[in-house]
Amino acid sequence: MDTKDKVIEIIAEQAVLEPSDVTMDSTLEELGIDSLGLVESIFAIEEAFDISVPFNANAPEESDFDISSVASIVAGIEKLVAEQKA
Amino acid sequence: MKRVVITGAGTINALGANVSDTLEAMREGRSGISELDIRDVDRLAIKIGGQVKGYEPEERFNRQQLALYDRFTQFTLVAAREAIAQSGLKFEGELAARAGVVLGNSGGGMTTLDENYRSVYEEGKNRVHPFVVPKLMNNAAASHVSMEFNLKGPSFTVSTACASSNHAMAQAFQMVHGGLTPVMIAGGSESMLCFGGVKAWEGLRVMSKDGCRPFSANRNGMVQGEGAGIFVFEELEHAKARGAEILAEVAGFAMSSDAADIVMPSKNGASRAISGALRDARINASDVGYINAHGTGTAANDKTESAAVADVFGAHADRLMISSTKSMHGHLIGGTGAVELLACIMALRDGIVAPTINYDEPDPECALDVVPNEAREAKVDVALSNAFAFGGLNAVLALKRFA
Repeated sequence: MDTKDKVIEIIAEQAVLEPSDVTMDSTLEELGIDSLGLVESIFAIEEAFDISVPFNANAPEESDFDISSVASIVAGIEKLVAEQKA
Repeated sequence: MKRVVITGAGTINALGANVSDTLEAMREGRSGISELDIRDVDRLAIKIGGQVKGYEPEERFNRQQLALYDRFTQFTLVAAREAIAQSGLKFEGELAARAGVVLGNSGGGMTTLDENYRSVYEEGKNRVHPFVVPKLMNNAAASHVSMEFNLKGPSFTVSTACASSNHAMAQAFQMVHGGLTPVMIAGGSESMLCFGGVKAWEGLRVMSKDGCRPFSANRNGMVQGEGAGIFVFEELEHAKARGAEILAEVAGFAMSSDAADIVMPSKNGASRAISGALRDARINASDVGYINAHGTGTAANDKTESAAVADVFGAHADRLMISSTKSMHGHLIGGTGAVELLACIMALRDGIVAPTINYDEPDPECALDVVPNEAREAKVDVALSNAFAFGGLNAVLALKRFA
């Protein structure tokens, strides 16, 4: 399973949706994921990819991990995987 | 109903090992937050805290006591000894039979849990020390206070996360106010600055890596602290009859539940607790000079608390002072309201309002007088102490200057 499919699976499970309902353009807000759901999703991402995501719920915009859409989350993970596995 | 006054105070926290050192640090706007000195700190993302340093348990307790006292119990006893010594009370006969102790605490003996989990899981041992259970139970601290001081009346522990101490002190107040007992020991403690304790908080992603900056636009989370605050709540006539020194009057309290979210605060729940405390104490909103804020330094708490204060006080919100001393001692979770009550006593008795330190940038969503960075002299007649817990459980105390 590639990064994109895995991320969609994690987010769909959190949003209680089918993976087919989650697109790369979806935002977490549109999918009904609240702040607790976001923190849980990030934990699931860290576990799935064995990476550490620099995310502080108090200052999401300063976290250097863009959560504005599914596509930006996938891009962020690919970058972290490349850096942390290097 | 009986009037209730405070005739003794004690503490140990990151700012000092007693009340006078703590108040001096608050007056000077000193920070007690530093690099954590705990086992496996290199495996933590959060490496700072309001840790009590330079504390030697062996100087305060003997070997048998230390075998039974988790760190949160030790802190509680250190603070209780100071408070009860100041009050001058001896618990004997009828007074001993009626007086009790109600304390707030959230994590219980976290250090004991952490050490023993390590021993059985990590080191694979199949044997633990026989006193693990009596050390880690949440009521251990209250029980040891009752034993050391011969308190035989109503004694228990309240656990409502970050509002534990305020709920506990409200209970004690109510008992003295209602005439059930002339004296209660009240307050709270916490000690969860161990690997497992900090790791659990880290998981929630609400902790700051670099400092506690309540109400400042650049705040980025809370910083944990540890310690205890203990008070002697006494019926006014009982205190007067023996010529006791009165630190402040406890005038009322209110509690409310948000019934909404397990972690997100609610403006409505907070404002109902604040206005309820004013009503209970029969205080006009315009008489409130100082509020010791819950002020955790998280994005959500500080703006919600500011909005609740603005709602309750209207135009007077711009005239009162509100500060978060968590900027200095960190968030003591179940013990926080107790240590913060000291700032209310200082404002009422000494006319000195503790600052919110690390205040760098105004936040339009927290547009109140947060007493930035420097303590201020002011005559304060009424002070409130806010506590808003995870789980949406709120408790606010109202205190008056005793004149």
